Amino acid sequence: MTSTRTSNRHYWRKSKSAGVAIIAFLSAVLVISPLALVFFHLVKSGATSINWNFFTQLPAPVGEKGGGMANAIVGTLELLGLASVVGIPIGVLGGVYLAEYGSTRANWGLRFIADVLNGVPSITWGVVVYGLVVLRFKSFSAYSGGLALGLMMIPLIMRTTEEVLLLVPNGYREASLALGVSRWKTIVHIVMKTASKGIITGILLALARVAGETAPLLFTAFGNRFWNRDMAEPIAALPLQIFSYAISPYDDWHRQAWAGALVLLIGIFLINIVVRFLTRGRAATVL
Amino acid sequence: MAPPSRLGDKAFEWLTLAMALAVVLLVFLVGWQLARDSSLAIKRFGFDFLVTSTWDPVAEQFGALPFIYGTLISSLIALIIAIPLSVATAVFLTELAPLWIRQPITSLIEMLAAIPSVILGLWGIFVMIPWLRDYPFPFLKRYFGWTGLFTGPIYGVSMLAGGIIIAIMILPIITSVSREILRSVPNLQREAAYALGATRWEVTRIAVLSYAKKGLFGAVILGLGRALGETMAVTMVIGNTPQIALSLLKPGYTLASVIANEFTEATTDLYLQALFEIALVLFGITILANLVAQLLLKTVTTASTTRAVQ
Repeated sequence: MTSTRTSNRHYWRKSKSAGVAIIAFLSAVLVISPLALVFFHLVKSGATSINWNFFTQLPAPVGEKGGGMANAIVGTLELLGLASVVGIPIGVLGGVYLAEYGSTRANWGLRFIADVLNGVPSITWGVVVYGLVVLRFKSFSAYSGGLALGLMMIPLIMRTTEEVLLLVPNGYREASLALGVSRWKTIVHIVMKTASKGIITGILLALARVAGETAPLLFTAFGNRFWNRDMAEPIAALPLQIFSYAISPYDDWHRQAWAGALVLLIGIFLINIVVRFLTRGRAATVL
Repeated sequence: MAPPSRLGDKAFEWLTLAMALAVVLLVFLVGWQLARDSSLAIKRFGFDFLVTSTWDPVAEQFGALPFIYGTLISSLIALIIAIPLSVATAVFLTELAPLWIRQPITSLIEMLAAIPSVILGLWGIFVMIPWLRDYPFPFLKRYFGWTGLFTGPIYGVSMLAGGIIIAIMILPIITSVSREILRSVPNLQREAAYALGATRWEVTRIAVLSYAKKGLFGAVILGLGRALGETMAVTMVIGNTPQIALSLLKPGYTLASVIANEFTEATTDLYLQALFEIALVLFGITILANLVAQLLLKTVTTASTTRAVQ
């Protein structure tokens, strides 16, 4: 009697455990399903509009078929270049400070602030740069767009740089210092060189992250249907173009939006794959 | 050989310190800039800005309540959807899944995190909204209309659609942070529970989840911070109508969306100032959410755990 009850109860507990395992598995499937759905629809609706013209032509006027996003693709690359000028030096050197100098307490605080800054909504950067730059110079510009993206990159790069520098064994630093090499040369030539792959990984991830940002560009880079000849003028960007096409009422433009989104996403995924290649075998240390 | 130059050392240290201090400077710069450019609106409307709901650029009457309401409700919907899914997925990835499948699923979740908001919004407009309009929404209206949450005409674009798209955006971050938290639970915890004869689920519930409660809460708040500031995807599916309605099938509007939509159209100084003030409110609440989240996470984990997922 007692033993049957125990085994019944045991059976019930076992099945409950199995039931939860199934629910957890289904949750995991549900969490990754949007990735599959989005990618499926991007390919389905976008692939047919991707052709040579898409990469070489300017956007066509309403009602005219064809056209491309050449200016937006180049614009996004230019904006990423400008963002790098702001984000990489500040981010990398700030990361060096966190890893190599400073007191534990003060660095805890800086790290904390960098992480909080990371959570600031991207649209905030657009608004702030609009107030600081666009209002002052009375013009939307590539510079302001690059600045907004660059500011977003700073905390991202700072934290990844710090983390990979901390992975460099202390023996390297000690050996170099013992040879009479000054501290800053040790850091630049030994520590940073050893961790260079990791630093590059962090930079690439930050670029991949901001490459798809639209909100910070709405009131800074603003978008442009033509080539940008002057960095002090508005410039096109892939995410901006996707947005304005997506909310337009024209079917042709919708198709272009899908195509642009497919190109942008493939670009971002490619960066991520390069990163994975760079960090083979130690996936947990980066990201 | 000349001794190493002290000057170079000092200069380099100061240079890197200056760069590290940039993060502090940026927080103050953002706060100062937003406060400065909204000072007129703050003076004019005072506290009423936060609690009145007239948004009329022509009459120059600005109250942000519908946007605050929309931001909070859409984020709440997102959390209700995302928390169980994310935590269950994290449990699956750390406790239940066979080892060989863990890394591929983790990679897929990282890829989901890499999808730009605007692309998710595009998918939302043309795929998710029509589907919601045709299947789940009529179902909800028919069987749960009596709750008052699912009444009125079905447009597709709605508060609920906004909440769902935000949920998709924050699933990866809550999942990865929760996964790191669960991984940091010492194995001794699990072994002790197993030794008492607990089943796998009992081990997870008693030894792992209750141990990791605080960290999981941090992960959720971090997700909330992201949800509050989510812009593009929400703007594309929420309907952009400043109203406070109980029905989740009705369109709404969020703080971030109104900035995205109206900023370049602000024709008068006061209008622009009001939008700057909206940005200030948004900055304030997201900073607060992130502060709380980081405090919770920093006290339970090592540095690598709280790294923001991209």
